Amino acid sequence: MYDTEKLATDVNQTETKISARNVQVYYGDTHAIKDVNVDIDAKAVTAFIGPSGCGKSTFLRCINRMNDTIDVCRVEGDIKIDGEDIYDKRVDPVQLRAKVGMVFQKPNPFPKSIYDNIAYGPRIHGLAKNKADLDEIVEKSLRRGAIWNEVKDRLHAPGTGLSGGQQQRLCIARAVATEPEVLLMDEPCSALDPIATAQVEELIDELRDQYSVVIVTHSMQQAARVSQKTAFFHLGNLVEYGDTSQIFTTPQDERTESYITGRIG
Amino acid sequence: MPLSWLVLLVLALATAGYFVGRIRVLKLAGGDVRALHSLPIYYGTNVALSTAVPALVVVMVWLLVQPTLIERSVSGMIAPEMIPEGSNLNLVMSDVRRVADGLNTAIAGGAMSLAEVEAMDATVVDVRARLGELGVALGQNVRPEVLAAAKSYRSAAVTGNTLRTLIVLALAVVGFGISFSKTKPDYRARNVVERAVLALLMAAASLAILTTVGIVLSMLFETINFFGLHNWRDFFFGTTWAPNFRGDSELSILPLLWGTLYISFIALLVAVPIGLFAAIYLSEYAGPKTRAIAKPLLEILAGIPTIVYGLFALLTVGPLLVNMFGQSGSLGLGWMSGATSVLTAGIVMGIMLIPFVSSLSDDIINAVPQTMRDGSLGLGATPSETIRQVVIPAALPGIVGAILLAASRAIGETMIVVMGAGAIAKFSANPFESMTTITTRIVSQLTGDGDFASPETLVAFALGLSLFVLTLGLNVLALYIVRKYREQYE
Repeated sequence: MYDTEKLATDVNQTETKISARNVQVYYGDTHAIKDVNVDIDAKAVTAFIGPSGCGKSTFLRCINRMNDTIDVCRVEGDIKIDGEDIYDKRVDPVQLRAKVGMVFQKPNPFPKSIYDNIAYGPRIHGLAKNKADLDEIVEKSLRRGAIWNEVKDRLHAPGTGLSGGQQQRLCIARAVATEPEVLLMDEPCSALDPIATAQVEELIDELRDQYSVVIVTHSMQQAARVSQKTAFFHLGNLVEYGDTSQIFTTPQDERTESYITGRIG
Repeated sequence: MPLSWLVLLVLALATAGYFVGRIRVLKLAGGDVRALHSLPIYYGTNVALSTAVPALVVVMVWLLVQPTLIERSVSGMIAPEMIPEGSNLNLVMSDVRRVADGLNTAIAGGAMSLAEVEAMDATVVDVRARLGELGVALGQNVRPEVLAAAKSYRSAAVTGNTLRTLIVLALAVVGFGISFSKTKPDYRARNVVERAVLALLMAAASLAILTTVGIVLSMLFETINFFGLHNWRDFFFGTTWAPNFRGDSELSILPLLWGTLYISFIALLVAVPIGLFAAIYLSEYAGPKTRAIAKPLLEILAGIPTIVYGLFALLTVGPLLVNMFGQSGSLGLGWMSGATSVLTAGIVMGIMLIPFVSSLSDDIINAVPQTMRDGSLGLGATPSETIRQVVIPAALPGIVGAILLAASRAIGETMIVVMGAGAIAKFSANPFESMTTITTRIVSQLTGDGDFASPETLVAFALGLSLFVLTLGLNVLALYIVRKYREQYE
């Protein structure tokens, strides 16, 4: 199912990228996330698993403050990226999101050309000095997104005209183009067919040599295939967090075991 | 039998049919609703519909056809040489109808017997005085041929009415009988009733379409009449609008079209930015509370009658503009002499169109999927960048459609321009001058006291048809654009 040898080397080089302490999230009166503490490794893939409505997506959206856009949502506790509190008043959420990219459940290319989709972030943040520079960023990002060969001849065709799997890889390339340090993925394969899923999973595996990837998934096979660390959420609590191999073979908590063996969820 | 009695009788029979049908089918099924194909209510409705619908349709057709037929046969009795000088067949026929009505009243009131009426001779009896005693006033003495025509008119109508009653009642009874005998537990009454409902819906839809076709055709015929009297080249390509009653009017649409388009352009210049910005604020920035209050308030503007806007233009905006741009105005420019001007009408019409633009754009902006905004915000874009670079471009085709719909309303608007724009037809680029539009000219050409058959009056129909074609074209374009946009997200 996964490469244990590779895992062992990954787990050794543990450097914490994101650390969350006592995180609480409320939607109005609903207590959606209860007291979550977690340390997410740099340059590794961390999977969040759990039944629907367990709070894994909500917690993911706390990491780049996307929950700020929801009026009734309130976040308490500390989340630090590289030791910096992202909920500090001095932090501009807009700047933060440039550093913490996000890929969504449904592919959401803008109704613009493929080129303009990728160039969107770099243009906003002024990452390119000139047109040639921008061209280079676009090409590099599309290569990172493992989609360059498929679209290099039609960069000015609309991004909405691609297939679902291509659209999702385009969105990943778009997120990569702003040079983030962390990449958050909210069920990135749930709208894709098995072949497109395999392509995206392969891409995620390649991405971890540069980025810290956090992925929310409903598929336990996917979590086992792509991640080094796994966190299991249940009813707003972080039940268990550890190496993926350990979670899937010798879970400590019986709720984790029940979920993995398909008894709850 | 009077018509109302007939209709009531048919309806009563239908109501009875409803209950009888229900009871019969339940009885046949042994009181077990589950043994029926449809619910009992459908069997009852089926009998009621079969009784009432054919009968009432025949009544309706009869009412439309009978007068025409009688009129035609009776008018054959009036030879052309019997029509007095200065009158025509229509006037004589209306006399005939009046006398026939009078005779009917006389018989119904018991003042005359049927035989007396048949024997009445206009050369002997003074029919006018005789009917006058019975409370039927006639304008002039009744001539023998009119009386003869009236008598035959009356008897034909009486025969027709009797025949109508018999046929309608027979139809109702036959419909009742057939549907009643069909009412058995395995009869698919529900399907039949639903087909009847479908027919009703189709009739309603086709009536709406037929009305539109009728309007266009009536305009078209009058337009053809107009072009028979007036050179079409002058209408479409002339440069002067100068109707007079000497018969050498210059009736060109171009100066009016210029005024219409100029005023509409200014209206859109006012309405589009304000409406669009309001829509962006309401859909992207305003909280639910602000939105709940501000949106209905904005839409109140759409409910103000246009005549009130016209008053606002004439009494408030016009004088205000004169105070600013007029001879002794605050800016001292002396550009504007009267309160009515292109600018006055344009500004007020623009205000009228604001809710139109804002509410349509608001719907369209809201239809842009939230995932688009999330995607942009997730890349570190600010809300304003997201709106400018993602939301508005995605909504643009729909917004263009909304603007075109607003433009077609502006072009067809009448009351505001009647009161605010003035009445001078000319080509001028100066927005402070009075100008006139197609709609205001239609009003003034039709409400004047000119001969209806003169080109000066008929030109209104040609103008109306041109306006219709113009706005129809804009609407079709707008709908095409809006539909194309919808396909993108669904």
